[in-house]
Amino acid sequence: MKVLVPVKRVVDYNVKIRVKSDQTGVDLANVKMSMNPFDEIAIEEAVRLKEAGKATEVVAVSIGVAQSTETIRTALAMGADRGILVKSDETVEPLNVAKILKGIVEAEKPDLVILGKQAIDDDSNQTGQMLAALLGWAQGTFASKIEFDGDKILLTREIDGGLQTLKLNMPTIVTADLRLNEPRYASLPNIMKAKKKPIDEKTPADYGVDVKARLEVLKVTEPPQRQAGIKVESVEQLVSKLKEAGVIG
Amino acid sequence: MSAKFSNGQSPVDFDHRYMGPLYNDDHRAWRATLRKFVEAEMMPHVDEWEEAGEFPRELYKKAAEIGLLGLGYPEEYGGTPVDDPMYSIVTAEELARLGAGGVNASLMVHGIGLPPVLAIGSAALKARVAPQVLAGEKIHALGITEPSGGSDVANLKTRATRDGDGYIVNGSKIFITGGMRADYYTVAVRTGGPGPKGISLLLLERDMPGFTRTPLKKQGWWSSDTAALYFDDVRVPKENLIGEENNGFIGIMLNFNKERIGLAASAVAFARVCFEDALAWARDRETFGKRLADHQVIRHKFAEMARQIAATQAYLEQCVVRVKEGETPVADLSLLKVQATLTMEFCAREAMQIMGGAGYMRGCRVERIYREVRVNAIGGGSEEIMRDLAARQLGI
Ligand SMILES: Cc1cc2nc3c(=O)[nH]c(=O)nc-3n(C[C@H](O)[C@H](O)[C@H](O)COP(=O)(O)OP(=O)(O)OC[C@H]3O[C@@H](n4cnc5c(N)ncnc54)[C@H](O)[C@@H]3O)c2cc1C
Repeated sequence: MKVLVPVKRVVDYNVKIRVKSDQTGVDLANVKMSMNPFDEIAIEEAVRLKEAGKATEVVAVSIGVAQSTETIRTALAMGADRGILVKSDETVEPLNVAKILKGIVEAEKPDLVILGKQAIDDDSNQTGQMLAALLGWAQGTFASKIEFDGDKILLTREIDGGLQTLKLNMPTIVTADLRLNEPRYASLPNIMKAKKKPIDEKTPADYGVDVKARLEVLKVTEPPQRQAGIKVESVEQLVSKLKEAGVIG
Repeated sequence: MSAKFSNGQSPVDFDHRYMGPLYNDDHRAWRATLRKFVEAEMMPHVDEWEEAGEFPRELYKKAAEIGLLGLGYPEEYGGTPVDDPMYSIVTAEELARLGAGGVNASLMVHGIGLPPVLAIGSAALKARVAPQVLAGEKIHALGITEPSGGSDVANLKTRATRDGDGYIVNGSKIFITGGMRADYYTVAVRTGGPGPKGISLLLLERDMPGFTRTPLKKQGWWSSDTAALYFDDVRVPKENLIGEENNGFIGIMLNFNKERIGLAASAVAFARVCFEDALAWARDRETFGKRLADHQVIRHKFAEMARQIAATQAYLEQCVVRVKEGETPVADLSLLKVQATLTMEFCAREAMQIMGGAGYMRGCRVERIYREVRVNAIGGGSEEIMRDLAARQLGI
């Protein structure tokens, strides 16, 4: 079984995001970038499948600027076998990402694609679903557990009020949720070994995709400042304040 | 991402300062791993460890798993050989972010204990000791300093006398990092006449009869197990002789230059932690109707800290380039260590002053670092000894 895992280079989760003064986006200049945390979970799951003897090869793909090789190297250091960089200096929207991934799937013929459920930069939560639709494959989103039942996948999802288990035919698209696993550290010996693993370089055009944006960003602004709260002296005051605010009857 | 200046952010913090061409993708990948490791495995517990006076032994194993303990050691013993001092800078910086040098001192103590074994020890000794140490299963300390003196290594008094197929050791060692929990101890003993030519190194093992230890309480480095060691007719087999008899002094000296780069890198990184914490505080806190960071006196403190940190970092990186090119610039490495600990001292002082009472409270990184200034300025070659060495090297 071959597993494909797309990994995105995003602003590190610890960075305090700053909106550009011209309101065209957030400031990315010299900001610390890392692999999208959900993609780390996806890689971890794929590598565990390989360690369990279920997967034979794990391929990591990143679509983005040249520095996305760093992200691929991290995936390789975590245990992926090889990488594919699809280089683009443009912002690639989810639909275009899904189209490029479709091209890669057709070329690589994986049995399973594990994606992060969303990227923490734009929180779109669309790519996995769009890819499944474009390929006409089964999809299991927000996976918190992946098991195998013969040639089918049993996928557990966390939904409101409990757990839902799906039985999916292969090939399949899976998107990883937070509790699927705890990703390992890329150890120093594995960082060194990753240098010897191959990374192919491609362009969106190689897959016949034009990455021109279809969406227009009008304005990006800071979230509104939270109003300061007040301290209430007693339960009575609390109740009357809540009534005042129209929160209780 | 290569060299770029910050974008209105702090010029000296860990992610936005000038990172010159010395830092490559591998260094960045290693930094990212350490950053995560420190934040997930160490930061949440460090206050508790400091108060308890120790950290769980399990941390050695975890550090081994990510390759931290094996950094720079041969592959045959389970290490990751990297012939590049930039890794020790990156490592020292990321570990310093913990703001608790005691954890690092004990966790990384094999960095002083093991190198003499690898440099001059027998193949059998290396093969027996190194793999366990680098796997985090055994702790390896270094015992040089004695109650009668530390700076004057050549005059140490602990005696080892020949006894058939081994040695009988008598004497004591003091201020030994990792001394309470270590399994192996590289110990300097006198086997010959006075002076450096009468010194040998022996590998002592925890359970040897006649070998005892007591804990020492300290100003800082609370989670480091510092000990006094006592040797009372301890029998040591001759297989445990590290290198040749009376040739131990060189084994001690060999590691000093490398150690000093690491010490300097961590001292300047601690200075940077002080800067960072004080800056976050001063931007947030209001006094007399404006941000603390808007008072000119405070702004100048930051500018001054930044100046010293940047100068020290530049000196550090310049020394590293020379070491990478095969030089051993002893005078500069000595002066670099002095420069770095003075920078740490200055920044700890100024940062605590800026933070006021809050900076004096336990659980604050600056408070801890303040208490760790002197051990950095005394251990691994004191400021006085470093200046003296430099003056001699410079032919003054
Ligand atoms: C927390 C901690 C951990 C340590 N861990 C270890 C360890 O793991 N292993 C180990 O072997 N040692 C360890 N040491 C010991 C350390 O290396 C010594 O403290 C150091 O070498 C200084 O020796 P000393 O304390 O005996 O001071 P001394 O040598 O007595 O010096 C006292 C003072 O006099 C100054 N001085 C000495 N000679 C001269 C001179 N010729 N000219 C001018 N000034 C001079 C020194 O700079 C110092 O300021 C540790 C120390 C501390 C505090």
